[in-house]
Amino acid sequence: MPGPTQDSAPINPPRPRETPLALGVRWLLRWRTSRAALVVLGIIVLTGLLAPLIAPYDPSAQPDIVAAKDLPPSLAHPFGTDPYSRDVLSRVIYGARLSLMIGVLATIVSLTLGVAYGSIAGYAGGVVDTIMMRVLDALLSIPRLLLLIGILVAWPRLSVGALVLFLGFTGWFGLSRIVRGQVLALKHAEFVTAARALGASRRRILLRHLLPNLVSPIVVAATLGIAHVIVLEAGLSYLGIGVPQPQASWGNIIQDGADQVATLWWMSLFPGLFMVLTVMTLNILGEALRDAYERRS
Amino acid sequence: MIRYLGARLVQAAVIVAIVATISFALIHIAPGDPFSAVMDNPNVSERVRATLRAQYGLDRPLPEQFVRYVGQLARGDLGWSFSHDRPVSEVLATAVPNTLLLMVIALAGSFALGILIALIQVARRGSAVDHALSGISLFFYSMPDFWLGILALLTFTYWLPIFPVGGAVDPVMHEYMGLGGRIVDRLRHLALPALTLIVLASAGVARYQRAALLDVLPADYIRTARLKGLTEREILRRHALRNALLPIISLLGLSFPALLTGAFFIEKIFAWPGMGLAVVNAIGTRDYPLVVGGVIIGSIMVTLGSLLADLLYAWADPRLRAH
Repeated sequence: MPGPTQDSAPINPPRPRETPLALGVRWLLRWRTSRAALVVLGIIVLTGLLAPLIAPYDPSAQPDIVAAKDLPPSLAHPFGTDPYSRDVLSRVIYGARLSLMIGVLATIVSLTLGVAYGSIAGYAGGVVDTIMMRVLDALLSIPRLLLLIGILVAWPRLSVGALVLFLGFTGWFGLSRIVRGQVLALKHAEFVTAARALGASRRRILLRHLLPNLVSPIVVAATLGIAHVIVLEAGLSYLGIGVPQPQASWGNIIQDGADQVATLWWMSLFPGLFMVLTVMTLNILGEALRDAYERRS
Repeated sequence: MIRYLGARLVQAAVIVAIVATISFALIHIAPGDPFSAVMDNPNVSERVRATLRAQYGLDRPLPEQFVRYVGQLARGDLGWSFSHDRPVSEVLATAVPNTLLLMVIALAGSFALGILIALIQVARRGSAVDHALSGISLFFYSMPDFWLGILALLTFTYWLPIFPVGGAVDPVMHEYMGLGGRIVDRLRHLALPALTLIVLASAGVARYQRAALLDVLPADYIRTARLKGLTEREILRRHALRNALLPIISLLGLSFPALLTGAFFIEKIFAWPGMGLAVVNAIGTRDYPLVVGGVIIGSIMVTLGSLLADLLYAWADPRLRAH
């Protein structure tokens, strides 16, 4: 698989005023693998966005609970039907919509928290920093899935919005450590000293001088973070404490067929394939971006 | 070294204290009280509910409850499991060894397999083999644990019935087997869940270790070895791998959370009677004390695992050993 790490093609020196985002896009378009990943991800995202137009059936319609249930894949139902006679293809398409949306929204929540926590700890330094980092160590040592199970079991039948918040609340620990490291390193950079000498407030220094330098690690963390949330949400839905019925997510479609895995194999195979494709493309893109930013610095 | 050890132990204790606080908060932020499942049951009389509340001190002020809770935790009391009708600590005590067995096998297997794959890749870096193996490990790395578990179950127990469907032993015949037969029976049941977990975890190890080896290769001593006329194979085995060993130990510490999470799903899918299966089943029965007990024990296991990895690191790195 040709990727940024293997390729030794000469790299154009970064243009002086190129923003991190422009650099990232230019970099992603450079390799066949990441171009392919962009296309595949684009198709999945479009599928999710256009779900009402593409899906052949209503994802929660139960046309005939007796005659049309548990049908294997056929022309009428390419991915078969589930024990409630719902069309699995339509559910997978709507599942793309929901799983991607949860991934993006939860990641926005955790990015906000991670950047805030990390930059405060890094900028404050001293005892505040030490205490904040020890707390972070503890939070990092609780496996995220276990923490979420503990929370979600206490609130049975949670709405999707609340699920997004909890996924976001438990996803910022790693990023805030990276952000803190960056802020710590940049705190004494000359341009920060210069800004301070000019009388800039702490707030202004943090928001206008430090934050723009954090864009690259944030973009990488966001890409990989979305992939992680998609897997977590699927796992929780598979355990029956994620997305509530009758809404479809990739995880709870698999859960619907879990009792009869052997006979209803289409219910775990197809949503799982979509999930792996999505996560894989996000991982490829996230790592390509990381390479781009690491080479530059 | 001793000072480092002391500092690290204090840190681990702080982590456990914070985990206890979080779990206490979890219990008390939840709507109703932890006995909702029992409380909503019309067959449970008001007298029993009142007794339960008093027994758990739920009628006391929060700070007092917290002190009480920490005291109970320190004595190893994790509460009462409703679904098993036994103390949570007893339920987990029988389950944790099975989980540990699965995790230790998966850890050893995935590190051996992952490092082997990384060595093959680095020996032929840039070749088609390297690219193919990178692609395969990315594929498995991107795969949700439970989905691979389901696929493995489908493939190797239903379509190609090589392995038994689930559990740790044959539910009927195990009793009637001789010692040899029992061992074979156990191994047959262990094989598929362990292999699934090994495949899942080795993808991450291979990716990490490949990068670690490539980091070492530009070093001066590698160039010296090459100039001495050593073969590429010898350089990799005797010089590069040895110096890429410290990252392996770091990875060991980092891989516990993912391994434990993987074990949770794999145990559920293969009905392996470990902590994961107990907790996942407790989700279904809303057996809250058992779930929280599992979260606490799981976090402690992860903390101890990374503590162990850190000590190993300090011992293996001569620069740290001197201090």
